[in-house]
Amino acid sequence: MEPQVLPAALAAHAPALLVMIPLIMSAPAAMIKNGRVAWAIAVLSVLASLVLAAEIFLATRADGAIISYAMGGWEPPFGIEYRIDALNAALLLLLGSTGFLALMFAGPSVADEIARGKRSLFYSAFLICFAGLSGVASTGDAFNLFVFLEISSIATYAIIAMGWRNDRQALTASFNYLVMGTIGATFFVIGVGFIYMTTGTLNMADQAQAIAAMNGNRAVEVGFAFILVGIGLKAALFPLHQWLPNAYAYAPNFVTTFLATTATKVAFYVIIRYSYDVFSVHTGFVSNAMIWVITPLAIAGMLVASTQALFQNNVRRLFAYSSVAQVGYMMLGLGMATSLGLAAGMLHLINHAMMKGALFMALGAFALSYGIRRIEDFKGLGQAMPVTSAAFTVGALSLVGVPFTVGFISKFYLIQAALDAGWWWAVAAILISSVIAVFYVYRILVAIWVTPQGETDKGAPRRVPLAIAVPLGVLALANLVFGVYADPIVSIARAAADAAVYGGVTP
Amino acid sequence: MSPYVVLRVVSKLLIPLIFLYGFYVHFHGEYSPGGGFAAGVVVGVGVILYALIFGLQAARKAVPPYWARIGMALGALIFAGVGFISLFMGGNYLDYTVLDPNRTYLGQHIGIVAVEFGVLVSVTAVIIAIFYAFAGRERPAGEAED
Repeated sequence: MEPQVLPAALAAHAPALLVMIPLIMSAPAAMIKNGRVAWAIAVLSVLASLVLAAEIFLATRADGAIISYAMGGWEPPFGIEYRIDALNAALLLLLGSTGFLALMFAGPSVADEIARGKRSLFYSAFLICFAGLSGVASTGDAFNLFVFLEISSIATYAIIAMGWRNDRQALTASFNYLVMGTIGATFFVIGVGFIYMTTGTLNMADQAQAIAAMNGNRAVEVGFAFILVGIGLKAALFPLHQWLPNAYAYAPNFVTTFLATTATKVAFYVIIRYSYDVFSVHTGFVSNAMIWVITPLAIAGMLVASTQALFQNNVRRLFAYSSVAQVGYMMLGLGMATSLGLAAGMLHLINHAMMKGALFMALGAFALSYGIRRIEDFKGLGQAMPVTSAAFTVGALSLVGVPFTVGFISKFYLIQAALDAGWWWAVAAILISSVIAVFYVYRILVAIWVTPQGETDKGAPRRVPLAIAVPLGVLALANLVFGVYADPIVSIARAAADAAVYGGVTP
Repeated sequence: MSPYVVLRVVSKLLIPLIFLYGFYVHFHGEYSPGGGFAAGVVVGVGVILYALIFGLQAARKAVPPYWARIGMALGALIFAGVGFISLFMGGNYLDYTVLDPNRTYLGQHIGIVAVEFGVLVSVTAVIIAIFYAFAGRERPAGEAED
């Protein structure tokens, strides 16, 4: 028996509460007018969700352990089942912890960027988005997954558009994302429809059995293709990433920090779930899709998006393009269709959340103090805000993959997995993409530390509010600590990959 | 005041009936066509009719915009709250059977009507909020007063 943190009565309902607490608390957050109270509600609900995720995570540590919860008492496969194994438990833990850290940072950042009367509604929308993402990560029902995907997406459109006070382009960015996200969701639900039509069930574990028994069916294959495109859009798989750079660049800083660490990750998880568990990665058309679709697109994304990042002047846009490239790394691990490759992809998923969390949070701190976002304006920040700049530097070095940072660990495992699969050309692509990353990170770091301030005098050093300094410090330290002592994260990623490859939703 | 006496008198008679019909649709929802969504639209339309005949100002006085904001959230709270009640009564989340002490199908009736009432409240509030937002061409319901 695994050690239980919570009382058994609470632990038994953890999968439902994990999603429902943030969802229900979004209602009181919307009813009240006071932004601070709404913030406190958001923090408490995300914290509750995190504790429940930790409980579930501990319970799934045992080999092959799967937690199943029948919503409304209707037994699967007829009712909606919440099904959590080591793969989504890792994701839920990541979601809870990054959500909590981002929310701490939200206090001062949102107060700076969102109109007073809108703050409680903003936190309400954030909670809905968080609940939607948790729901996607925990449900075992294909249609329920679609509903939660839409819940999180619609809330995301709203909170991205809230950046309009800084830059009205947030409105067009959000609208672009709305159009593309809706197309993606439509594709996904068409795919689900195809599979439902042929298998007669919406429960993913049940679908897996039916599809395995079918032994090749064109309608099911078409369904898989639709799902891959639809979720690929949400995951910002190159070339479906067009919505992402502007959405990240013009959203409020807190929203970018949260989305960069979670949203594309959850979509990536859905792709893993479908290609490894609902379908089998060893059947012809899925493995063809991995080799001939996912892998080339992953490599193209790594190279093209990194190159595009080189030419950006807006730092948040730069890192948004870099995020597309990093999704490429994860997809490459997925495309190898081996346990090692998937573990490397999951490892990079977790590590990338740490790096981008630290980077976007530091950018948020810069924006809060000086209201700047272009590289030229970063001159002399090293003197003006040394600690924040140091944290930013750690995140940036980690992004490049310097030894003793988590970025190095994930690239190391990714290259190892590629060599194991005999994909030396993939190793070359990883190295080239990393070199490009050196260049775009170099531009910013030189501006921060080396270039003299010139006329753009920053004045006396400014204090960063504790609410930003603490989560930023935690993330920057995590980049270093897990870069040296990598075992915990690596074992989580391995367990997640094993759950997908060997266990997963297939009973 | 408008000269359309017939309209005003007839709508005054009709609006309570429209509300009543909304609840009729609601309470038949669990085993016949209807339910919270359709009922919410009908109730919302009652308010909209009032606004069309008596003017937006009068409607805003009868149903203040901030009610709409509260109602939207309250409906969601009712829906999710039923789920928590069934948790506390020993079932899974949203398990209606436990709502009846004797564990018969009656619990399903109770649960669905209760949950659909949450839907009714939310839909009514949203319909009214959308109408106010378009009709007023002012600030949306959420930030009417700061």
